[in-house]
Amino acid sequence: MSLELRNITKRVGAEVHLHQTNLVLPEGAFNTLLGPTLSGKTSLMHLMAGLERPTSGEIWFRGRNVTGVPVQKRNVSMVYQQFINYPNFSVYENIASPLRVLRLGQPEIERRVKRAAELLRLEAMLGRRPSELSGGQQQRTAIARALVKDSDIILLDEPLANLDYKLREELRDELPQFFAGRNCVVVYATTEPTEALLFGGNTATLHAGRVTQFGRTAEIYRHPADLVSARVFSDPPINTVAVEKRGAEIHIGDIRLPIGRTARGIPDGSYIVGIRPHHIAPTIENGKAAAVEGTVVIAELSGSESVVHFDFSDEIWVSQSPGVHPFEVGSIAKLFINMDHALFFGLDHRRVEGSE
Amino acid sequence: MATIALDNLRHSYMANPDGDADWALKKVTLDWADRGAYALLGPSGCGKTTLLNLVSGLLKPTEGRVLFDGQDVTSATPEERNIAQVFQFPVIYDTMTVYDNLAFPLRNRGVERGEIDWRVREVAKMLELDDLLKHRASGLTADGKQKISLGRGLVRSDVNVIMFDEPLTVIDPHLKWVLRSKLKELHQRIRRTMIYVTHDQTEALTFADSVVVMNDGEVVQTGTPIELFERPSHTFVGHFIGSPGMNVLPCEFTGDWPAFAGQPVVVANADAYRGNGGVLEIGVRPEFISFADAGIAVRIVKVFDAGRHRIVETEHGGHIIKMLVPEDDSIPGDSAFVKFDPEHTRLYRDGWLVT
Repeated sequence: MSLELRNITKRVGAEVHLHQTNLVLPEGAFNTLLGPTLSGKTSLMHLMAGLERPTSGEIWFRGRNVTGVPVQKRNVSMVYQQFINYPNFSVYENIASPLRVLRLGQPEIERRVKRAAELLRLEAMLGRRPSELSGGQQQRTAIARALVKDSDIILLDEPLANLDYKLREELRDELPQFFAGRNCVVVYATTEPTEALLFGGNTATLHAGRVTQFGRTAEIYRHPADLVSARVFSDPPINTVAVEKRGAEIHIGDIRLPIGRTARGIPDGSYIVGIRPHHIAPTIENGKAAAVEGTVVIAELSGSESVVHFDFSDEIWVSQSPGVHPFEVGSIAKLFINMDHALFFGLDHRRVEGSE
Repeated sequence: MATIALDNLRHSYMANPDGDADWALKKVTLDWADRGAYALLGPSGCGKTTLLNLVSGLLKPTEGRVLFDGQDVTSATPEERNIAQVFQFPVIYDTMTVYDNLAFPLRNRGVERGEIDWRVREVAKMLELDDLLKHRASGLTADGKQKISLGRGLVRSDVNVIMFDEPLTVIDPHLKWVLRSKLKELHQRIRRTMIYVTHDQTEALTFADSVVVMNDGEVVQTGTPIELFERPSHTFVGHFIGSPGMNVLPCEFTGDWPAFAGQPVVVANADAYRGNGGVLEIGVRPEFISFADAGIAVRIVKVFDAGRHRIVETEHGGHIIKMLVPEDDSIPGDSAFVKFDPEHTRLYRDGWLVT
C-alpha cells in the first residue's frame, strides 16, 4: 500500500512550483524529502495533504484516486517548523484534541493520550500549558498530537529546524521510533543531508521543483543518479572538476591521477568528477589515494575534525577529515584523494557507472 | 578595537534577586583580547544572549563591571560603546539599494564621501556583493540579505567590537557553509574583535579561536575548540560538544583504576584522584572507542549511517555506549568487544574533571 503521485504538476500563475512528478511513497517506511528552501518540498506536502490541488495529474492512496478529496476527509496529520499548540489547553488536552473531534469515548482518549505521552516522554508535562515547556517539549507535544489519531498520512515539514542543535540531535534519534510499526505513510521534509542520512528509510532529492531521484537513502547518497542529486545530498558541498579520462588515469590540465574502482571499465573521454570532502584527507587512508597540492585558503579546526579549503585547478576544494591536522593559510597543502569513492558524471551530468 | 573585560558580572531580570535561580547570569569574569575571534556557545536559556546584551550595553548589569581597554563602560549606552551588531534576521532597508544599505552606517556618522565609497566597495567585494551594488535589497535571496547585514556590521573601521547573534540560523546548509567560511576568512583578513553567539557547535568551533561554553547562567569552560573536544572540564561540555556527545558511564574506584560494570578502565587522569568520594563517572568520546579482540563485551543495538562514518550504538549492562566507525570499516554482527583509548578517557567527579 502506498501514496502515489502520478504525473502531477503545480503552477501558481505563471510560476511553476512543481514540474511533472511521479513518486510512490510506501506505507510503514520513513520517507524524507531533501532539498534546499524553495525546491518544492512544501508544495509536494500540500498536495499530499489535500491542502491544495495539483494543476494536472492524480494522487492515489491505497488504490483509490484521492486527487479531489479535501484535507478534512483524508485523515492526515501535519507537524510544522513553528511549534503549533493551543496555548490555553494543557498538554493533555492538546494531545487529546484530534480525538475529541473524532468523538471518541473518554477511556479510549485516556488510553491513547497516555500511550503517546509515554512514547514522547511527556508524561510529567501533561498538566502544563505549552508556554511552560521548552521548545523541544512543545514540538514533542505537536508530534504526539499528530500520532494519537492513527492518521493514514503524517507529514512533518522541517519540524526540528527551530530547535537547538542538541535538542535536534536528541529528537532526530528518536523520531523514526515514534512511527515504527504503524500502517501509515510518513513524509519528512528537511534541508539537511545529515538528517536524511541518519533517518535511513527512503529519500527523494529535490531541486528547483523537481524530484531528481528517489530510493533507499544510503543508495541515493552513494549512487546519485546525476550531478544535481549528488549536490543536493552533500554537506559540505561536493568538490567537482572537469577531467579527461585516458586509460587508467584522469587528466586535469597537467595533473594526472589514477582512476579508482568506480571508474574501471568506463570509456575514455570527458567527464565531471565529484569528490565528497571526507574523501580527501591529509594522510593516506585505505583505498587508492591520489596526491594533490593546493594553496590553503581557509583552515578550520573544530577539535573533532579538520577542514581545509584549498585552491585546486581554479576551484576552491574542501577536505574534511577526523582529528587535528593544522594547516597554515597561504601555505601549499598536500592532500590525498580516495579515488575509490570518486563519482564520474558525463557531460550531460548523468552519473556513469564503472564495471568495478 | 579594544580588549574587553567582564569583571564579576551578575545579572537578574528581577528587582530583588534572592536564590540562585533568580540570576540569569550567575557570576562571570572574562578577558577578551583585542582582535580575537570568540564564541559564546550554549543551549537556549543558558544566559548567552544576556551576556551579549551586557557587553553591547543594551542591558545594565545588576552587579559587576564591563571594561573596554581598561575603561569602565558599565553605564555607557551602545552608541557610546561603539559596537556593530548582526542579528539572526537580516536588518536591512528593503527599498534602498545594496550600496545605500552598506553606506548607511557610515553616512549616519558623517564619514566623508570618498571614504564611504571605497569602504562600501571593499566590503562588497569581500562578501561577493560587488555585482549587486545597484540592485534593490528587496530583490535579494535570504542569504544575500544576510550578507548585507554582515556587510553593515563589517563596514565601519572604528568599532570596538563586532557582535553576531545567531547570524546563520535561518540560512540553508549549503549557504550556511559558504557564509561561515566567509566570516572566518574575513576575520583572518581584517582581524577585528568579533564575538559570535550560537547554540550550534559547528559554527562556534569553526569560527572562534576561543569558545566560552555556558550552561544555566554560568561559564562551564573556556578554551580552544581542540581543548573543549579533547579535554572537556565538565560532562556537560563533553555532552554538548561533539555529535554524538561524549559517553558518560558510571564507575567506582577500586585499586588503581576506576571500574565500569566490574571491569577496570585505564583513564588518563587516575593519578589525580584522591579518593574523596562524590559521584564518579568515566567520560569517553565516540571518536575514541574502537572494536577490539578483548575488552568490554557489548551488544550492537543500532547502526546509523551518517555518510562519512557510522554511529554505532552498543550496550553493556544496560548502559548505551556510542562509537564512530569510519565509512569503509566493517561492523561485527550482534556482539563484539570494544576498547577505550586511554589517552582520551577521563574520570569525572560530580560532573567535573578530576584534576
